[in-house]
Amino acid sequence: MHALLHPWNETFMQLALGELVLLGVVGGIVGCWIVHYELAYSAESLAHALFPGLVGAALLGLPLLLGGAAGVAGAAAAVALVRRVPTLGADTAVAAVITSLFGLGVLLALTPATPPGLDALLFGDLLGVTRGDVLAAAMLAIAAGTALIVLHRPLLLVGFDRTTSRAFGARPLFVDLALLAVIAVAIVIGVRALGNLLVLALLVGPAATARLFASRMSSLMALAVALAVAASIAGLYLSYYASTAAGASVAVVMVGTYLAALAVRAAT
Amino acid sequence: MTLLHVDGVAAGYAGPPVLRDVTFEIAAGERVGVLGPNGGGKSTLFRVLLGELTPSAGTISGTRRFGYVPQTERSRLDYPVTALDVALMGTLWSSRWWLPVGKRDRERGFAALGRVGLREQADTMFGELSGGQRQRVLAARALVQDADVLLLDEPFSGVDVASGEMLTSLLDELASEGRGLLIATHDLEQAAGWDRVLCLNRRAVAFGVPEEVLTLDVLEQTYGGAIVTLPGKAAAILPPHHHDR
Repeated sequence: MHALLHPWNETFMQLALGELVLLGVVGGIVGCWIVHYELAYSAESLAHALFPGLVGAALLGLPLLLGGAAGVAGAAAAVALVRRVPTLGADTAVAAVITSLFGLGVLLALTPATPPGLDALLFGDLLGVTRGDVLAAAMLAIAAGTALIVLHRPLLLVGFDRTTSRAFGARPLFVDLALLAVIAVAIVIGVRALGNLLVLALLVGPAATARLFASRMSSLMALAVALAVAASIAGLYLSYYASTAAGASVAVVMVGTYLAALAVRAAT
Repeated sequence: MTLLHVDGVAAGYAGPPVLRDVTFEIAAGERVGVLGPNGGGKSTLFRVLLGELTPSAGTISGTRRFGYVPQTERSRLDYPVTALDVALMGTLWSSRWWLPVGKRDRERGFAALGRVGLREQADTMFGELSGGQRQRVLAARALVQDADVLLLDEPFSGVDVASGEMLTSLLDELASEGRGLLIATHDLEQAAGWDRVLCLNRRAVAFGVPEEVLTLDVLEQTYGGAIVTLPGKAAAILPPHHHDR
């Protein structure tokens, strides 16, 4: 029992868990839409698109969250709009936008004024999360959660049959933009903890795992959130006792859970 | 009472019109069949009426809100929705979309499913239903929309006999309630039993009561070759490729 409780006496572990729970709740729910809208690649690209926003914020002395949000929001809008060019496939549109933005970020990052420590923005600094980070993440989580509740019905309709959804009062472009914006917020919540290279583990992993067992959207979302939180706790234990990188540990546990679930599903 | 009047409408997709000179009307209580070959403009006409395409010529007057029953083949079977969830999608335009579905809307959804004989399957996953049952769920969704005019895109395509009979009865009921129905179909015999018929082949070849419209000359203009005369009918056509579906 002592071994189970001991890690949580540490403030940095409590803050890390708080940050991950917030990410798990938002990421678990939004992940269900990512999976069913087949946006995993777009979501990963959005995470990479944070880079120029973060660098830009660092150069301007603005909060990194603000820079990341601006970068992802810009990328989200660009991806959604470029996807509508009929002669350009969805994959090509995303690749063109993200490559351009990442190139811009590298260009900015190579200026002499860029502060050190940008690697933490790529891989996260889970055990370095501050109370301010958790508070900011909580505010973003409330905003994203509210948006997901408000958008639930249009999201369900457009995902079911995009081509006819306008006949039932939905606007697919608006729904796409809104969903990508919420994904962007979820990425911003998670980038401080897991970095933009690992944050997708808690956005796609839980929903992809839950989809193997749950058939209804409500149970799918509940299971995805539970899996995200459980993987976060297990990952933090692993990191604490095995002295492994915290963010990577959470990601590894989540991926391991998915693979185990796949095996169970295949065996039943 | 005329519910919808379409006059000289033309429409296309970033090029010359794929549909032109379309004139017809739907009166309250009328079942209007839309006949034509694949690519003849039936879907384009529906897209124009639904506001997805802007006509390049002509006018549309009357109601602009339609109940819509798309082809069931378009629906995703792996999507995590029940029959009731799908029926409730019909409430989006009449209620505040940003609020969760209310009790009253749920009752409307249950009632619509009951009307298509699927009240007991309300909690069944949409993808687990048979093709005919899925088509009836889509019809229930259109019922929930509670529109004066319903557009049905080949609602009998791929459905079993029981579902087909239930849909036929439903269409008759809806017409008797004073709703107008525009039904795209490949079934000439069925269309011959409806109130009026619109024959499309990139233009409106003919529009009127079946007895006047379904002539060999009109059908040849509509479908080209492959004309078959059915016993007991003035003229009819059953293009083989349409029966391969």
